Amino acid sequence: MTNTTTNYSLICGLEVHAELKTASKMFCGCKNDPFHAPEPNIYTCPVCLGLPGGLPVANQKAIEWTLKLGLALGCKVNLFSKFDRKHYFYPDLPKGYQISQYDLPFCHDGQLETSFGPVRICRIHLEEDTGKLQHKTVDGQKVTLIDFNRSSVPLIEVVTEPDIISAAQAKEYGKKLRQIMRYLEIADCDMEQGGMRLEANISLTQNQNAVVENDLPSYKVEVKNINSFRFLEQAIEFETQRQALVLLDGQTPAQETRGWDSVHNTTYPQRTKEDAEDYRYFPDPDLPPIRFTESEVERLRVELPELPATLIQRWQTDWGIDPKYTALLIEEKAIAQAFDTLFAAAQKKQIDPNKVANFLANKKITYTLGDSVDTVLAAFGSIADVAALDTTELDPIIEAVLSEFPTETAAYRAGKIPLINFLIGQTMKKLGKKVEVSQVKNRLELKLSRSYHS
Amino acid sequence: MLHTLTLKQALDQIKRKEITASEVWADTQSAIENENKALNIYLTLNEKSAAETAMMSDKPLAGLPIAVKDNYATQGLRTTASSTLLDSFVPTYDATVIAKLKAAGGVISGKTNLDAWAHGSSTETSQYGRTLNPLNPDYLPGGSSGGSAAAVAANLCIAALGTETAGSIRQPAAWCGVVGLKPTYGRFSRSGIVAMASSTDSPGPITKTVEDAAIMFNHLAGHDPYDSTTSTQTVPDLTKSLGQEIKGLKIGVMYLDLPEMTELKKFYEPTLKELERLGAEVELTGSLDPHHAISVYTVIQRAEVSSNLGRYDGVRFGHDRSYFGAEAKRRIMLGTYTLSKGHADQYYHQAQKVRTLFQQDYARLFEKYDILITPTSPGFAKKIGSSEGAAMFGELEDMLIEPSSVTGLPGINVPCFRDPETNLFLGLNIMAPMWREDLVIRVADAYERATTWNTWRKND
Repeated sequence: MTNTTTNYSLICGLEVHAELKTASKMFCGCKNDPFHAPEPNIYTCPVCLGLPGGLPVANQKAIEWTLKLGLALGCKVNLFSKFDRKHYFYPDLPKGYQISQYDLPFCHDGQLETSFGPVRICRIHLEEDTGKLQHKTVDGQKVTLIDFNRSSVPLIEVVTEPDIISAAQAKEYGKKLRQIMRYLEIADCDMEQGGMRLEANISLTQNQNAVVENDLPSYKVEVKNINSFRFLEQAIEFETQRQALVLLDGQTPAQETRGWDSVHNTTYPQRTKEDAEDYRYFPDPDLPPIRFTESEVERLRVELPELPATLIQRWQTDWGIDPKYTALLIEEKAIAQAFDTLFAAAQKKQIDPNKVANFLANKKITYTLGDSVDTVLAAFGSIADVAALDTTELDPIIEAVLSEFPTETAAYRAGKIPLINFLIGQTMKKLGKKVEVSQVKNRLELKLSRSYHS
Repeated sequence: MLHTLTLKQALDQIKRKEITASEVWADTQSAIENENKALNIYLTLNEKSAAETAMMSDKPLAGLPIAVKDNYATQGLRTTASSTLLDSFVPTYDATVIAKLKAAGGVISGKTNLDAWAHGSSTETSQYGRTLNPLNPDYLPGGSSGGSAAAVAANLCIAALGTETAGSIRQPAAWCGVVGLKPTYGRFSRSGIVAMASSTDSPGPITKTVEDAAIMFNHLAGHDPYDSTTSTQTVPDLTKSLGQEIKGLKIGVMYLDLPEMTELKKFYEPTLKELERLGAEVELTGSLDPHHAISVYTVIQRAEVSSNLGRYDGVRFGHDRSYFGAEAKRRIMLGTYTLSKGHADQYYHQAQKVRTLFQQDYARLFEKYDILITPTSPGFAKKIGSSEGAAMFGELEDMLIEPSSVTGLPGINVPCFRDPETNLFLGLNIMAPMWREDLVIRVADAYERATTWNTWRKND
């Protein structure tokens, strides 16, 4: 089965939904805290319950946050935008339509860099979340209950171009996007609770340049219900295999929506093209269009915090820190900020920040939010002295010891393994400083085996 | 007989301590008891009226009884929009206009009949039966605010609230011989009003006199944080526009030359002369053919209706979609069709473009005129049963008002002729540019004072 995919390239785009953590909901003043509500339907009002006469009023903060995410992703901002009604029937959608954005999203045409290449952002729009159905048994009867605490919570949707070429890239993109939203402090992206949800549009092609040549496959499979990056990776891999088999069979995979079954690690059909919905979009007459001036957008741009990509560069310039360490250290914004303080203190004490970063990245020393700078640097100091040993310093000494003790060397090579301790002792003596024994031992063993075979 | 007082008369007499609001309510209540059953005006009465009246005596509206169209959400008081689908719906909150009414000391006498979901111009689509015209019960009161207009005409309240999407305040006011003010779209909050066509729905007062309309407007208009389509502009004090001269105002007269008006034109000619006598410069003017407005309005309104009624999906509110009447079903289907893929450009988007043309046409006309007037309706009230089997009944009846409705302009109906044989009235529709209700009131009040058509002014 593994060979089946070799003729095909993956064409994949992602749609990521994330709930914004504004204090109030998107279109009413109700508290926006669906995951911590003590009971169902307490954060509700006529607007988010869809009662007759309830009118939406847009949350300005949510709109600004959407623009901030757009700016962080290098998007263009539509200075004139609006909300539209998207109609469909579902019991968790109290108005019979969702307020969303159709042809004028707040942001469009941005980009997110990954180690596999850039992923272009097609659009970012703002909409409202739905209520949540709960299937329960009440008095022995199976019933479906609706909790509207989540109804009308602000939800952003970030849609990419079909630039993703592997499951690993999809995962990296998703993680980086989540990291940026967390840095902006606009969303918690709690995936288990549904605070961030992933959808992948997947198809395969034999044309390596399909995207550049605008030669996209004639079909597209949308996989929904993905609530972890691992599942995202698995779903893409599963679909790649499944679609390749269909294609190898001379068929074209059906254009359809599929769900991800995390129990069996498979996707399953949900809806075909034939019953694709017509959402009957039209501008919501309850909400006036939204206009921004260039200067308002610039003000938001100035307010942007330092983002991971910039941080990597700055740490390299300011502290000389290797980007490969930085990437591991800046997962969380608060910790990254604490490290900044730590590195400044290190430099003051003439300790190389890059070494501290190395130790932190490799977990030789640990840091927990709240630890004092002095404690961390002391921990670093206690092991840094012994470890500050370079192979360029060590190797000539080992060579010298081996030639000074040819008998012991030969005996070791003949199988007298314990003699290694003697050789270590001699090397340590010649070094004349406290070093980590294991490092000397490893290097000695390497030298002994190399010379033996050569 | 205190129920026959105008709002202004009642307020003045209460102020002078000649009467109390409770006495006004007592008379109104007995009138309701005598006449409501036959006329079918109120669907629900406010059981707490008497108690509430007593508590409001030191407020501006002094606890006087106000009839409210049954599409305003009223806390604790059943709100049906005249559809049995909402037969048991008791709102948990007050519409903003109701909250303002209560804050000003108005007391809801009850909830009045309308065309179901405000779909119609006759009250005949109401699922609780039609309302009869108090001026002549063989005739219809018009609609959709037919119950509120009839309540005013029959003195079953001191003043009333209606809503207009295209003619629904002014047309029933014309047919019932009362005053109906449709404010500029965005002047009155729509929050808490069962949505019909959101982009044109305008709540407003239906009253005995122009003066009463001005008083009601002052208490109920203004920006609402719960309705982002309301304007933040300062609300003018309309009572300052009362008793003013109209000398020198330029008035454009529209639609009198339409074929539909051939029979009626003669009844309007004295009105034009009267306005001239009052010093206005009056001239006939051309305009975009109002028949186009019927198409624009029909497409946009059906589209919005199909969307707004989506929430009555059977999951909540106690009743399922089979409780929609025939008219609502027709509108939902037509609206769904015009918004569907492949049709939206042909219908919905095209209608929005023509709507813009009407806006431009009015902008052009208001460069030349301070005020525009039209007949309110192309005829007297129709006989009961007329709307049945006539799917476009309302659109044709409201044709002369629809162009201004789709553009959001303010307008008022004042009675301008009475047929002594039928006791039925014709109405004059007076319109001004956006946010200029002051001009509307100024001209309407001057005309009303100068003529004898107003039922309540006659006795002044």
